Amino acid sequence: MSDTSAGPASCALAIVGAGPAGMTAAITAAALGIDALVVDEQPAPGGQIYRATTRSPLQPGTILGDDYWSGRALADAFAASGAGYLPGTTVWSVAAADDGDGFEIGVSHEGAARLVRARHVIVATGALERPFPVPGWTLPGVLTAGAAQIALKSSGLVPEGRVALAGTGPLLWLLAAQLLRAGAPPTAILDTTPAGDFDAWRHAPAFLLSPYAGKGLSLIREVRASVPVISGVAGLRAEGDGRLHAVAFAAGGRERRMEVDALLLHQGVAPNINLALATRCRHRWDDAQLAFVPEIDAWGASSVAGIAIAGDGAGIGGAEAAAERGRLAALDAAARLGAIGEVERDRRAVAPRRALARALRGRAFLDRRFRPALADRVPSGDTIVCRCEEVTAAQIVEAVGIGATGPNQLKAYLRCGMGPCQGRLCGLTVTELIAEARGQSRDAIGHYRLRAPVKPLTLAELASMPATDADTRAVVRG
Amino acid sequence: MFRRLSDLAPADAVGIAIDGQPATARAGDSVAAALLANGHAACRETAVGGVPRGPWCLMGVCFDCLVTIDGVGNRQGCMVSIREGMRIDTQRGRREVGR
Amino acid sequence: MTATTRREHDVAVIGGGLVGSAIAWGLARLGRRVAILDEGDVAYRASRGNFALVWVQSKGLGMPAYAGWTRRSSDSWQGFADTLRADTGIDVAFARPGGFTLALSERELETRVDQLKRLHNQPGVRELGYEVMDPTALSRFLPGLGPEVAGGVYCPLDGHANSPRLLRALHTALDRMGATFLQGATVTGIERRDGAFVVSRAGAAPVAAGKIVVAAGNGNKALGAMVGLDVPVRPQRGQIVVTEKVAPFLKHPIVTIRQTDEGGVMLGDSLEEVGFDDATRTGVTGTIASRAVRMFPMLGKLNVVRTWAALRVMTPDGFPIYMQSASHPGAFVATCHSGVTLAAAHALHLAPLIDAGGLPAEFDPFHGRRFDVPAPV
Repeated sequence: MSDTSAGPASCALAIVGAGPAGMTAAITAAALGIDALVVDEQPAPGGQIYRATTRSPLQPGTILGDDYWSGRALADAFAASGAGYLPGTTVWSVAAADDGDGFEIGVSHEGAARLVRARHVIVATGALERPFPVPGWTLPGVLTAGAAQIALKSSGLVPEGRVALAGTGPLLWLLAAQLLRAGAPPTAILDTTPAGDFDAWRHAPAFLLSPYAGKGLSLIREVRASVPVISGVAGLRAEGDGRLHAVAFAAGGRERRMEVDALLLHQGVAPNINLALATRCRHRWDDAQLAFVPEIDAWGASSVAGIAIAGDGAGIGGAEAAAERGRLAALDAAARLGAIGEVERDRRAVAPRRALARALRGRAFLDRRFRPALADRVPSGDTIVCRCEEVTAAQIVEAVGIGATGPNQLKAYLRCGMGPCQGRLCGLTVTELIAEARGQSRDAIGHYRLRAPVKPLTLAELASMPATDADTRAVVRG
Repeated sequence: MFRRLSDLAPADAVGIAIDGQPATARAGDSVAAALLANGHAACRETAVGGVPRGPWCLMGVCFDCLVTIDGVGNRQGCMVSIREGMRIDTQRGRREVGR
Repeated sequence: MTATTRREHDVAVIGGGLVGSAIAWGLARLGRRVAILDEGDVAYRASRGNFALVWVQSKGLGMPAYAGWTRRSSDSWQGFADTLRADTGIDVAFARPGGFTLALSERELETRVDQLKRLHNQPGVRELGYEVMDPTALSRFLPGLGPEVAGGVYCPLDGHANSPRLLRALHTALDRMGATFLQGATVTGIERRDGAFVVSRAGAAPVAAGKIVVAAGNGNKALGAMVGLDVPVRPQRGQIVVTEKVAPFLKHPIVTIRQTDEGGVMLGDSLEEVGFDDATRTGVTGTIASRAVRMFPMLGKLNVVRTWAALRVMTPDGFPIYMQSASHPGAFVATCHSGVTLAAAHALHLAPLIDAGGLPAEFDPFHGRRFDVPAPV
């Protein structure tokens, strides 16, 4: 790995994201002699799961757990791989080059934008936390559980005062355990996991054989031994006037209210698909994961030739699966770039495929067991759905009534999804809300149509982009 | 809003200003983390409704931690690392064109 | 189901964008039972990609009737906006503070001024009251103007509106007036049966109506043919760049730069002949951005939150087509690329004429027969 902040103008393989998938893809490709370049928004490698693993103020030890620190070994291997690396660099566009030879990737670093040419692209943009649109979720003092974990990993910070963790999913329990070990146990866990999903247990045998089972169950036991857990929580809402003061909810047949200083929400993660969508890769609704996922083949190749998608951005599978998917995507890229033959590719893919299958074992159980309740995904009334444009659920339902058949007409009516986050925090909610209001499938409703720039860049940066004569003539008259 | 697990070693302490008031952060903090560590749950009033908003995701996704950094408005606090002498200003409503 | 023979609707408007919706609104206000037939969530929708100017100063060189029609719409816009607000509570943010065209070179300025002079010299074109300004004069209206601006033209009749909100206001008003909005099905045929038009739709029930208005943008070519009308429209791509919301700084719309009432700065535009390709291109949006920053250097720091491309609905001469079918009386077509500017005229002036059953002689210049070329002998 070489820090190429100024950066090369071209590469054979561009990898977007330096999480487990991106790093593993880079290591694999570089080992095959491929000129690979990793572009990542963060200042250090790791993605979110291994965030700041090379520079965390916390010492390897008990707080963050062995899984987190295994990321440092991966980051070290990445650093030694010889792959190019652009940290602190945002990818805002991937577009087919005019001459048909690969792609032009729009990148921005410290306020300067440029285009990097790549013949092949692996999108490894990871996951986002699923929106948790409850009343008051926009109040200062309400953050995601992931945010609290990032503060812990990268700055050694823990929330102060009375802290409630609310929601469902493995990350909620992991964070609770980490805070507990850090000497900052949460005041309570408000568990919104719907009870009595017998179907989930159909997948339990596979889960029990998975690497998650032992770790996960002991983690939950560890937390339950020290932190009050309130189960069957519904109707969650954050209260406060300009600042969070309390969390209210229903549990055990009665309304409850707790005064809190911080509320950390989480109800699972979903693929971060904005870049892949803007690149016009086809996606479909995955009802097990309650999210849109890209249509990919067994190598991660998307519907757009030359673009592969690896890691949680291709469907939630966790860090180990992400690494194996990164390896497979890199092997396929190597074959497409002529570095190895298909036979060699297939031979090298045997072990990663086995590892991937092992890593994904039990995923179906997790998806079912921690499937967030419909009421926690599809809000009503004055609850904000689009945080950027401050659009409420009631407004969206009303817009459906006058003719919004889908998210794109909704944008026109209400500006919903048109703010700087570009639908990342409302896209899933909007699709589900419209689907429920219209009685149609999520797939039929679809997602926002997205375009470059998938992350903002300044007008001066955009103005600095090269233009062909035809581009200029299209704009300049007279 | 957030506290540090261990005291800042002098070598790690970085001096910044938040709304003109001197503050300390740790080398490696993002601006958003520095705000949370210095007791700021909110960092702006929104451009649409003028209501208080603070960091939400800390991973560059939500654009809720927008602040003015060294005079430049609407920067993502969670995506900018602090530097000695950095001026961080919370925002009121829409950004001015000149800053 | 007897929908195929019973006339449930007085008029079926095909197209739920700004042109179709404005006409449908005008008809519904006259008490007509209106059905609006539209495609689904993803379609080529010029109405979602427009720049939302209500613009007069450049309209009509080569067709004085278009200059007059544009002027009439501009003059009707405030009343139109007031009515929408009264009916729906939605403020479509119409303002007519006067608008500018800016030139970044003497040549651009000369070209522009020459076009305006020729536009004005046409018979029947009313005084626009335009004014050619040097940079010093411009700076009084446009603070922050950059040194590269060579000059500009001001016209007091130019304005703008909030076009997404206009679409929502029209659809809200139509809903309240009881209009039927039938979406998600492509029209596959139009035939006359028992004195009515029957519109068949893919995978959906047919719709019967006494009159038909074809207002489906680039779809008008195929739909017009179903009622014996030749509608020579083609897509022409235009791209737009949008910034984050900022405090108000620009009171006047400029033909390529305007600040919306919500605060975002919209930057346009481009003219590209690329068929049905509505992708954005960095080279084009970059050129748009570059010109905007040269006009107002302070914009350079703003964050771009979106770019957009949409397909204009262009005729060979760039002017609208309004006509009734001779072979299918009662079937009309309306097509233009200025759905915002002309919305008031479509709603308040065109709709009553369609309702009355015919377009008067003053609409002859807009008839599609102007494109007929004699067959080679």
